[in-house]
Amino acid sequence: MTDSTHSAQPGPLWVNAEITYRCPLHCVFCYNPLNYASTFDKELSTEEWVRVLREARELGAVQLGLSGGEPLLRDDLEEIIAEASKMGYYTNLLTSGIGLTEKRIAAFKANGLDQIQLSFQDSSKELNDFLSSTKTFDLKLKVAKLIKQYDYPMVLNVVLHRLNIDHIEQILQMAERMQADHVELANSQYYAWAFKNREYLMPSREQLERAEIICNQFRERLGNKMKLYFVVPDYYSDRPKACMNGWGSVFLNIAPDGLALPCHEARMLPELAFPNVRDHDVRSIWFDSHAFNAYRGNSWMPEPCRSCDEKEKDFGGCRCQAFMLTGDAANTDPVCSKSPHHTLITDQVALAQGSRAADDQVRPLIIFRDDKNSRQFMQ
Amino acid sequence: MSIVHPQPLRLARQYKLKWETTQNAYVLLYPEGLIKLTGSAGEILKRIDGKSSAPDIINALEASYPGVDLKQDVIDFLEHAHNKGWITRD
Ligand code: SF4
Ligand code: SF4
Repeated sequence: MTDSTHSAQPGPLWVNAEITYRCPLHCVFCYNPLNYASTFDKELSTEEWVRVLREARELGAVQLGLSGGEPLLRDDLEEIIAEASKMGYYTNLLTSGIGLTEKRIAAFKANGLDQIQLSFQDSSKELNDFLSSTKTFDLKLKVAKLIKQYDYPMVLNVVLHRLNIDHIEQILQMAERMQADHVELANSQYYAWAFKNREYLMPSREQLERAEIICNQFRERLGNKMKLYFVVPDYYSDRPKACMNGWGSVFLNIAPDGLALPCHEARMLPELAFPNVRDHDVRSIWFDSHAFNAYRGNSWMPEPCRSCDEKEKDFGGCRCQAFMLTGDAANTDPVCSKSPHHTLITDQVALAQGSRAADDQVRPLIIFRDDKNSRQFMQ
Repeated sequence: MSIVHPQPLRLARQYKLKWETTQNAYVLLYPEGLIKLTGSAGEILKRIDGKSSAPDIINALEASYPGVDLKQDVIDFLEHAHNKGWITRD
């Protein structure tokens, strides 16, 4: 294809393959769409995944995330990894660890898997198991050992929020004991299930400040031996995140049912008919589909972004957040203090400073991600 | 701690450098993302092989680009890469 209109926009660099939304865990902050159960009977086949990955690779994609749900629930994961790594992808498995046996990790290694990111919910067995609504803590510890044994860098991921952020010191000690190379301590972002549980998950400013101080102490002591990333919720900022580095700029998410999305959460946007890889090839999806062009660049921007000199820096923030909070995906992300809707954020932050309800009062109110709840959201 | 030191430099374990023909650039990959490198950043990083030290890399680059004074730029970039945790010296 020699369409010259494509020359300005490069192909995707990073593909996130959500190969299944099935998951043995029920995390309270899960970022899968509320109606994820609607994809269960429509998952792409092995051959379809391989074709899609090849098409994206031909456009220049190089980073591949294999995620979910729990990707280990697909028993063709070994095959997908082998094919992807033959194509020259840098392959990264994002997993809760549940189902990662020695046999499987050995096969992943032999098939060329480059990296494994293991998620924990907390440093304590009790809270980990509560937050994921499973008994998985000990299993995860075993998996952490396997990851080391197979000579993978140890990349640990712990989502922080009001209920676990005060354990940050114990979480970091656990990471240190596991000899983690890279630790992501990102606060929960308020989408999907985490949005439903937002008021129970948002930490107070005091909690955040304390956590940051402790993180810095570990950083000083361990330096680059254990790289530590601490991400505060964007609600605490007055500028939005540069979401996905711009819509349709580098990132391509493929959902289990083949829906192609510019970010994990975009399925929620009602006005965009997202293309499916079953009907279109990746090239036409990326370059020609209405959905991928809708918020590309900055000509779609309304005020205050349109005349703002920071628009190349943050691209006006997150479309999904704008939609969830203001009802219009084209609005400025309300996290921005220039947004006329910014009080939607500051009010919520003010609420989070209130006195903390006791854990046993909060816990029954939380909505867990599970198939039963998801089926209710499908209606 | 200056980066200019006889000890060899290597990429941190969770980083990987790849030449990508379609992108016509070196890409630095890490767990939560990737960076498409500019030409000079790629030229420097590709010389980090676990055997060469910063002075070795400067010498090699000066040999490839005779007459260009690039020492300070290389040092600045290596320091930046070190601060970012892309490269280590151990
Ligand atoms: S966040 Fe938890 S429940 Fe959601 S996909 Fe990941 S492991 Fe499963
Ligand atoms: S007005 Fe728009 S472009 Fe300017 S800083 Fe806010 S979100 Fe970014």
